[in-house]
Amino acid sequence: MKIIKYEEIVKHVSKMCQEANFDLGQDVVNAFQSALKKEKSETGKDILEQLIANADIATSERVPMCQDTGVSVFIIELGQDCHITGGKLYDAINEGVKKGYEEGYLRHSIVDHPITREKSKGYNTPSIIHVELVEGDELVIHMSAKGGGSENMSTLKMLKPSDGVEGVKNFILDTVRVAGPNACPPLVVGVGVGGNFERSAYLAKKSLFRPIGHRNERTEISELEMELMEKINQLGIGPQGMGGSTTALDVKIEIEPCHIAALPVAVNLNCHASRHKEIRL
Amino acid sequence: MAAIQLSCPISDEEIKTLKAGDRVLLSGTIYTARDAAHKRMSEALQNSGKLPVQIAGQIIYYVGPTPAKPGQVIGSAGPTTSGRMDKYTPALLELGLKGMIGKGYRSDEVVESIKKNKAVYFGAIGGSGALIARTIKSSEIIAYQDLGPEAIYKLEVKEFPAIVIIDSKGNDWYEIGKQQYQS
Repeated sequence: MKIIKYEEIVKHVSKMCQEANFDLGQDVVNAFQSALKKEKSETGKDILEQLIANADIATSERVPMCQDTGVSVFIIELGQDCHITGGKLYDAINEGVKKGYEEGYLRHSIVDHPITREKSKGYNTPSIIHVELVEGDELVIHMSAKGGGSENMSTLKMLKPSDGVEGVKNFILDTVRVAGPNACPPLVVGVGVGGNFERSAYLAKKSLFRPIGHRNERTEISELEMELMEKINQLGIGPQGMGGSTTALDVKIEIEPCHIAALPVAVNLNCHASRHKEIRL
Repeated sequence: MAAIQLSCPISDEEIKTLKAGDRVLLSGTIYTARDAAHKRMSEALQNSGKLPVQIAGQIIYYVGPTPAKPGQVIGSAGPTTSGRMDKYTPALLELGLKGMIGKGYRSDEVVESIKKNKAVYFGAIGGSGALIARTIKSSEIIAYQDLGPEAIYKLEVKEFPAIVIIDSKGNDWYEIGKQQYQS
């Protein structure tokens, strides 16, 4: 059995929060570069160039690439033979976020009460934490700094099984079309199909943690990802919704078994600042 | 197409010449306000008819920056989604607000009010907050200090990059731009 100390988790989470906001992943930077070569709109090219320059400034000056430093979302793979000492896992994560956001001069973007809008007193906490119990003795922490603009344009619909794959495609395309400039394209489009109501949303979120260019292992789903990518890029929305051929940098789809009467589909949009970090303890 | 240099506040004459899709570089004074400041301004108008800032002729930037690091003028400071301010915007345009900087769609009511009051809506690049921060030369809190990043700040900017999204005639660059690249 492996033993992991509370303080160790705090330290790593704090570091991840800052790195996620300062250092855009190489997969995203590469996607900007390849989109720049293909983009047809002059405004679109200009925007992509500014986004590349922005990522460079953020890395070199250790400042957040976007002022919306997001809600910290975690997917944690906890090995069943891993033991955490010195405190609760959830507390360690939140303490790490608080430390990371405070020390990194990141924005405090949480309200405690969704209706009264009363501000949270914990610095950018509570985080959203999903724990998956897995085999082995490792603790793998996946972190995302998820922006509000793209989250606000995300959707979920319980389709009828008779709507079929065409219904699924149309729902995804409609979501991207309605989101337009608001979700800060070029987007990473995360889709969850199946499971149930809440599970489809979780799958959509989880799909966004896969690096850009990583395809679903199932051939029919990987083909659907590529087909949707092409169709989304024909919508004309373009970088920042100002017209162009780069509306999505990638489309990710995850599926799960579901009820015979159901076809749940969730679409979780991620802005181009797709900030994901991972640590394996 | 070269970007148009504009000094802020922008004259009514200049606003009339701006067209949807024009790239501009803004220099001069602008004010910040986002959700919470708009709500307070709306309440202040209802209660006293007065605002803490003279907005006639001015430009509001929808932004909630990150905290400034020691030695920085401001933290990262890109635009937030403008649509959340739509409910409050026509009243401000009626009071003489001339420009807004943000990102994303505006409601039909806002577009009508932009036309009626001969104003302009600029789009800044969402997610380029580190780059935009370099164009902000000074920052001073003017009102609602307790709101933190949502307080109203007066900013002095130099060559702040933006694009005309809705011009004073109501042309919408999001629509025009999209139609050109649909296939």
